[in-house]
Amino acid sequence: MNLKTILSGIDVKADWIGLRYVTENTGFRLVRDGKPEANTRESKQGIMVEVLVNGQFAYYGTSRLDQPGIQAATERAVQLAQAASSFSLHSFGLDARPAAKGTYRSPYQSAADAFSPGELSDLLIKATAELKVSDKVVTTNAMARIVETESRFVSSNGSDVDQQYLMVSADYSAVAQDGSVTQKRTDGGLLAKSFQTGMEVFDQADVLARCRTIGAESVELLTAEECPTGTLDLVLAPDQMMLQIHESVGHALEIDRILGDERNYAGWSFVRLEDFGKLQYGSALMNITFDPFVENQLASYAYDDGGLKAEKEFLIKNGLLLRGLGGMESQIRSGIDGVANFRASSWNRAPIDRMANLNLEAGDSSYDEIIGAVEKGVFMTSNRSWSIDDYRNKFQFGCEYGKLIENGKLTKTVKNPNYRAISNPFWRSLKMIGNQDTFEIYGTPFCGKGEPNQIIRVGHASPLCLFDKVEIFGGA
Amino acid sequence: MEKLFKQITQAVLAELQEDEHLGLSFGGEKSTFARINAARIRQIGNVDETDLGFNLIWNGKRCTGSISLSSDVAEDKARAVVELQRLREEVKQLPDDPYLVIPDSTEISISEKFGELPAANKIAEMLLPAMGQVDLTGIWASGRIYQGSANSAGGYHWFASDSFSLDYSLITPEEKMVKATYAGTRWDQVAYEKFLADSIKKLELMSLLPKKIEPGNYRTYIASAGVADVISMFSWAGISEAAIRQSESSLGKMRNEGKKLSELFVLSEDFSSGLSPRFNGNGEVAPETTVLIDKGELKQTLVSSRTAKEYGVNSNFASEGEYLRAPVVGTGNLQESEILEKLGTGVYLSNLHYLNWSDMIGGRITGMTRYACFWVEDGKIVAPIENMRFDDSIYNFLGENLEAVTDTALVNPEVGTYDGRELSAIICPGILLKSFSLTL
Repeated sequence: MNLKTILSGIDVKADWIGLRYVTENTGFRLVRDGKPEANTRESKQGIMVEVLVNGQFAYYGTSRLDQPGIQAATERAVQLAQAASSFSLHSFGLDARPAAKGTYRSPYQSAADAFSPGELSDLLIKATAELKVSDKVVTTNAMARIVETESRFVSSNGSDVDQQYLMVSADYSAVAQDGSVTQKRTDGGLLAKSFQTGMEVFDQADVLARCRTIGAESVELLTAEECPTGTLDLVLAPDQMMLQIHESVGHALEIDRILGDERNYAGWSFVRLEDFGKLQYGSALMNITFDPFVENQLASYAYDDGGLKAEKEFLIKNGLLLRGLGGMESQIRSGIDGVANFRASSWNRAPIDRMANLNLEAGDSSYDEIIGAVEKGVFMTSNRSWSIDDYRNKFQFGCEYGKLIENGKLTKTVKNPNYRAISNPFWRSLKMIGNQDTFEIYGTPFCGKGEPNQIIRVGHASPLCLFDKVEIFGGA
Repeated sequence: MEKLFKQITQAVLAELQEDEHLGLSFGGEKSTFARINAARIRQIGNVDETDLGFNLIWNGKRCTGSISLSSDVAEDKARAVVELQRLREEVKQLPDDPYLVIPDSTEISISEKFGELPAANKIAEMLLPAMGQVDLTGIWASGRIYQGSANSAGGYHWFASDSFSLDYSLITPEEKMVKATYAGTRWDQVAYEKFLADSIKKLELMSLLPKKIEPGNYRTYIASAGVADVISMFSWAGISEAAIRQSESSLGKMRNEGKKLSELFVLSEDFSSGLSPRFNGNGEVAPETTVLIDKGELKQTLVSSRTAKEYGVNSNFASEGEYLRAPVVGTGNLQESEILEKLGTGVYLSNLHYLNWSDMIGGRITGMTRYACFWVEDGKIVAPIENMRFDDSIYNFLGENLEAVTDTALVNPEVGTYDGRELSAIICPGILLKSFSLTL
């Protein structure tokens, strides 16, 4: 399909026209207890036509890809923009859609077709066998999700962007049971190991070794003590920090939320426009970056869906809030500095402000120094439960696996570890931050936001972190 | 659109080989969305999307797929045949699937429901002037939704309906909010303006000074919309037979340890409202009514034919994910006019937010209070409360702490749009609790 030819053939009166053609193939394989549960591929393709008329954007997402279909879609979008322009929240100009030219390709060693369907199924079957380390393991799952996406964007003001992605997620899990006690372990939280990478992640020796550990830890949890209740020091592994950053920093800093667009759905934010440059968000150890260039991180890209070039930026430096998560539309509306994060989940949705790679930069404490600094506390890893309020204040998160820390040493394993706190004081209680040796990269394909709803991929990386005096508790 | 589905079905089934079985599923929508902030248009547009799903079975093996359709018959027939060939090549490489279910339903049903919907380019002028100066944020969604199913055994189903919804939040300058959804199939401007005006009146209650309450256990009333959020949790690691069998269900204790909820609690899968189709992705037709939890006792679960085959039980033709498609909670005796008096002193919760299992096996749910939530003293509303986190087990608040259920069930339309506009609703009453645990 020659998108530029189609664009030049559109005959409507509009101040701006953009075409975003997206194709996405999502393969998913799931093996449970050695038997195939799902072998599926979803193939989506379509075009998002956007127009600007009288300061109002309007769109028409269509899976009809021929010139007459796109002409008709554009005409409908123009009519809609004209009708809505008397009721616009904001009258936009062309600066909301900067002209962009460039390409992006995911880094990978081994292409998506490096494994045949049969070979990948065989590996997943072997993985479930390795997960079953004892008769107490009652359910085993191994899954692989492979996504190939191409997004092509052209516009009437000269944009021409082609971005191609290969994204691979995998997870291996074991459910162990003994009487009325049931515990589950995954590989760092459900699909937390999601990357822009290739099939090299399915190295058999590595996968099977991880599965043996996951299975063993699910059994270990059956006899573990309940996580203690109390106000204790909390050490979070990077795979839980992923969720912590996502919920209590990322969503709170989305400028469209602060401007109220999300108030009917995900909610508002405790952060206000006047807080930028002034709010001490966390302790001086806290440095949060929007970084679209971390190799293999899930939400890397060169341009957002509004055509803004992606750059690394500090959102929070030494604990001070500097910049928001907002693309050009939000930056124009708010006057706040943002980043290139105006993103749509696919061709059938208009872009909104989304997190991409949002990371906590490493500090200088070693793993041993952090554990050694805790007199009484709990180490938690791998998210299993998450909930936060509509202002991104009061959160409660739960993990799969915990360890008591007593007098500077990891001691007993504890089950059902949970903690709850309020975002701003919690981040101010960040007492120690791990060095680059403790820094790990994670991501998730499933971040929900927006009306109409959108699921999008995000990446989060973090070192090990110690928080001072947090409300910690166990299970039911 | 049905004609397109029929033509593609004929073309694909004609390509099928003797030893192949095939199920086809069709889903589509022609929708208009308008996102509103501060009673102005933030984003507006149309989505015209159609997908075709495949379930191919060959020689004890199975694979599935889906493709986007263009609505051009020749193009879509070609795409469908290419996808069938891809599936055919893949399925041969897969391991045997002992639990696959050959689509053998021969039932046929057709349901076409037509409404009266406003034209897309009239929506802004119909919705916004009535909002006046109120701060309203929300989402308008309207248009036609299509679902179809066909298989190589001759089964065929078609369901199409028009609908609209305006799901919105009203917000005071002090940031107190009221939530409402105006939904239907026939647009009535006068009825809309009255509905909106009534919800704006409710904002007046929110102008009272808010009260901060401390964590603790409180007598609590949860209105129908909040109960709907709790019921939606039963679709996630809850009422699924497979989830119970695989030790990943919050209701496992009801099956394995004889735990019961309150005798006042009744949950059914009930399609009699006609809001959602009875056929599933395999073209199997569920019973019109299946009582799942009766007087607090787990009577049945949602059982797909795949699960039925694996565990040797009977299918009730649930979807393969065994989630609720038409949940209805039984009513009780508590009259609307008695709610505050019976609550006495405690909290009145209109809506809940962001629920998650905090201990799934223990049946414990955490989430937030949201929107119009009040402190009530001696049967009178005193003040809105600041939002609180709750963390409590269904075995407590739907068990011994469930004191009464209202005598009226409300329809809470599902307005989610992650996988396209949804067709279902949760029909449920409000519940009065002796105690509910607020934690933060």
